[in-house]
Amino acid sequence: MNILVCISKAPDTTSKISFSDGNTKFDENGVQFVVNPYDEWYALVRALELKEAGGGQVTIINVGGVADDAIIRKALAIGADNAVRIDTEPKDAYNAALQIAAYAKENAFDLILTGKETINYNGSQLGGMLAEGLDLPFVSLATKLDVSGSTVTAEREIIGGVQVVEVEAPAVISCAKGMAEQRIPNMRGIMAARTKPLTVVPAKEIDDLTTFVSYEMPGEKSAVKMIDPESMDELVSLLHSEAKVI
Amino acid sequence: MILVYINSENGISKASYEAITYANKLGDVVALSNGSLPNEELSSMGRYGATKVIVDRAVNGEDQQQLVRMIAEVAASENADTVVFVHDISGKAVAPMLSVRMNAGLVSGAISLPDDSGAIAVNVFSGKAIGNVKVNSASKIISLLPNSLPPEEVGENCSVEEVSTQAGEARIKVLSTKKPEGEIPLPEAELVVSAGRGLKGPENWGMVEELAEKLGAATACSRPVADIGWRPHHEHVGQTGVAIRPNLYIAIGISGAIQHLAGVNGSKVIVVVNTDPEAPFFKAADYGIIGDAFEVVPRLNQAIEKFKAS
Repeated sequence: MNILVCISKAPDTTSKISFSDGNTKFDENGVQFVVNPYDEWYALVRALELKEAGGGQVTIINVGGVADDAIIRKALAIGADNAVRIDTEPKDAYNAALQIAAYAKENAFDLILTGKETINYNGSQLGGMLAEGLDLPFVSLATKLDVSGSTVTAEREIIGGVQVVEVEAPAVISCAKGMAEQRIPNMRGIMAARTKPLTVVPAKEIDDLTTFVSYEMPGEKSAVKMIDPESMDELVSLLHSEAKVI
Repeated sequence: MILVYINSENGISKASYEAITYANKLGDVVALSNGSLPNEELSSMGRYGATKVIVDRAVNGEDQQQLVRMIAEVAASENADTVVFVHDISGKAVAPMLSVRMNAGLVSGAISLPDDSGAIAVNVFSGKAIGNVKVNSASKIISLLPNSLPPEEVGENCSVEEVSTQAGEARIKVLSTKKPEGEIPLPEAELVVSAGRGLKGPENWGMVEELAEKLGAATACSRPVADIGWRPHHEHVGQTGVAIRPNLYIAIGISGAIQHLAGVNGSKVIVVVNTDPEAPFFKAADYGIIGDAFEVVPRLNQAIEKFKAS
């Protein structure tokens, strides 16, 4: 199978979040960027497992500037065969999705995998937008993924349960926890990644349909109220009359 | 006109009434659903502001692309300039597809109404910050994060109109569906009881399940506990598991690593039980109890029993 895996750059979970330019820009100073965990741990690793079992190719695609090459090399070190970077700073998911759709239309892929969301914008938008942009079936929040010939079987989360579904390739799948385990790149992978092909392609003219105009930090949480471990009646009464949650 | 898509497969959820209430503050509301829920139940959306409910009985919703075609067709025939979704498993899949089909900017996970400039607040950086998003296109799609505003009853049941849309063929075939009976699904739960490594072993979850049952809460767990197989993966809340924002989150024997907090920091009230007074979770808590879970939880169970009897 020829698999395309969409990866996004995201700040490491432990990064301090702050904003600059009058709270209109994410302050990247001192921030360590990683491959968005859902894209890496689940989508990329499962793609590699499918390739190891059934052959084919795994291509990474990213929409971003030259600074994204670091995380693209990391994904190549984990085992992807080659990479494509569409050379533009995406302003919204719609733009990024249609950039990827335009590339995928010209290059045939059997399966396109995305993480279920990024950890910076948490929008869960890209997979669905990409599927519609390509007029392909979309399986969202897949926790298991298998391939037999051109038939794709996935387990997906639905409201109140899980469902096993079948779809004919090509298809777009968004990947969630359960699909694969994180892989740490070894020295051989890191060395090999340096010479794997990374193609930079120019971006298409696509509108941004949304704009983040400003950011703010959530209000400070009031101080914790400590309760004596012997006085659970007090806790229950506080939850009822003060917090009004039970 | 505002069109609200409601997934009614499991009945009409509280989050659905929230979405109708939200839309009602933006303009005249028409609700759209699909599947087999009886008219009497669908019409209840009128009480929250829907002027009518449109339903396509033939679309089962198993292939989201059919839902997208159905919604786009009704949005066009009803002249809707805005489509509102619940930001749940269903809305997260369908809203982005509709965004491309309608060329309509999507605000996903909205937590506020538009302000005077039209900007809508959403959680970003896993709840560590708030972003204000503006839509640049004429048509807009908003998916509303559950628990962002209380549902408001404003009227009477409304009429239900059955339609037949051109939803096309399903390309996704459902082989099997599993819905655990009697369990409260975690992403929608209002109350959640969660436990971690502090419980020392899977055999000790009885008291946690008892607490959840007494409260009518869902059970959850921390990542290490799901990874070593003490609890199922779908219970894992945190950065890489499920992100939840219930009214009450009780964390027992969970230290509160930043990755865990990222999945629960939207909770209205957080109670933390831990033996370690230095556990980082206390900083994010509203109520803290320094103590042994094996003593505190049974005591809490008794206290709730007493409260319920009173």
